[in-house]
Amino acid sequence: MKFTLSTLLLTSLALTLPFTSQAHRAWIVPAATVLSAEDPWVTFDAAVSNDIFHADHAPYRLNMVEVLAPQGGEVKLQNESTGKYRSTFDLQLSQQGTYKVFSASSGLRARWVDAEGKRQGWPKRGQQADVNDFATAVPKDAKDLSVSQGSRRIETFVTAGSPTTEVFAPTNQGLELVPVTHPNDLFAGETAQFKLLIDGEAAVAAKVMVLAGGMRYRNSQDEIETTTDDQGLFTISWPKAGMYWLSASYKDNKANAPATERTGSYTASFEVLPQ
Amino acid sequence: MRKTGIKKLLPLLLCTLPMASVQALTLEVQMELPQMKVAEYHAPYVAMWLQGQDKRQLTNLALWYDHEMKNDEGQQWLKDIRQWWRRSGRSLSLPVDGITGATRTAGHHTLQFDDKQFAFSSLPAGEYQFFIEAVREVGGRELLSIPVTLPFEKAQTFKASGNNELGQVQLVVMP
Repeated sequence: MKFTLSTLLLTSLALTLPFTSQAHRAWIVPAATVLSAEDPWVTFDAAVSNDIFHADHAPYRLNMVEVLAPQGGEVKLQNESTGKYRSTFDLQLSQQGTYKVFSASSGLRARWVDAEGKRQGWPKRGQQADVNDFATAVPKDAKDLSVSQGSRRIETFVTAGSPTTEVFAPTNQGLELVPVTHPNDLFAGETAQFKLLIDGEAAVAAKVMVLAGGMRYRNSQDEIETTTDDQGLFTISWPKAGMYWLSASYKDNKANAPATERTGSYTASFEVLPQ
Repeated sequence: MRKTGIKKLLPLLLCTLPMASVQALTLEVQMELPQMKVAEYHAPYVAMWLQGQDKRQLTNLALWYDHEMKNDEGQQWLKDIRQWWRRSGRSLSLPVDGITGATRTAGHHTLQFDDKQFAFSSLPAGEYQFFIEAVREVGGRELLSIPVTLPFEKAQTFKASGNNELGQVQLVVMP
């Protein structure tokens, strides 16, 4: 029963809540990140799971997945399908350069305890908060009120031909990653540097965790953990080739009213190639 | 193998000639693609290049792939010549004139690269590496490198040996 409930909740909430439970990890992973030839195709899987890149829990819904092309313009997700445990789609890379595939959302969330001692929340599950409704939806004298402005972003990158950097331009909304080292030019034994921004400014002391795929075939998580410096920068040394999942989280109290807390979640899939 | 022997002697002979400078500088690569005991054999994609300390200083010498497939389908696998793709291939406009050739099957192959086409003598003096990278469909990949110093002033033979996708590789400098 517990499992069924959590499965249902996760499936329906994965996109509407700023965060999913820490235990469940959302990812969009390409079958290849470095491509040659004209107009190559790439296929992607998207899911929410415990073991990275093993689709064993819930599909990641594609309705908010978008693509940024190297020279701009619309790129359609093709052959979309959402199954029991994963979604899949294809992209044709008709422009040469680097593409960003992402899903980003943000919103207000309020939690408090009502007069009867019951936990209350706004917006209701599955709904998007409208700041104009805040005053009427949340009681003025709400007990233990916490209001957070949360952002959530899931990304991956693929490159046809020579890597380009146009798609790295930040939107300056929420927690975002700006690569210093190109994410489609990662090699085992080398070190990559990235920068995290929160609403366009350096995200200082954000927590970063990196996990190698293939978790089912080892007995420990072997996570790599680091923290961003005062410029929002962090570095990762890739121990070996493979597909990696990066997760970053950020929290501060520099929120716009009515929020009192600002949070950000960023995850991305990166491929590291052998030398 | 007789042929190889003579080729090895040739640069030495040239050095002894007073008019050696008239002879154009040539790099010769003698290489072996090993016989594979596999059910499904595809001739490997191979790239050869000369790379300076400054990684942008790069001279492509040879690129063997299925360049005559319809719709350039053979280009789809060029990324698998992974280091070459990273160092050079991905920024080239394909097909590349003068270096592109068909794949070759197992056996010994000899190639010559002359100064007229590849302009070795106009490269800045310094330490370079000759790279040869081979990758085979449903097979393995191997990268070998041989350090060389430019300018090429005397006849020299450099050797390297692969373990799986490449056999003996000899780089013969014929100034």
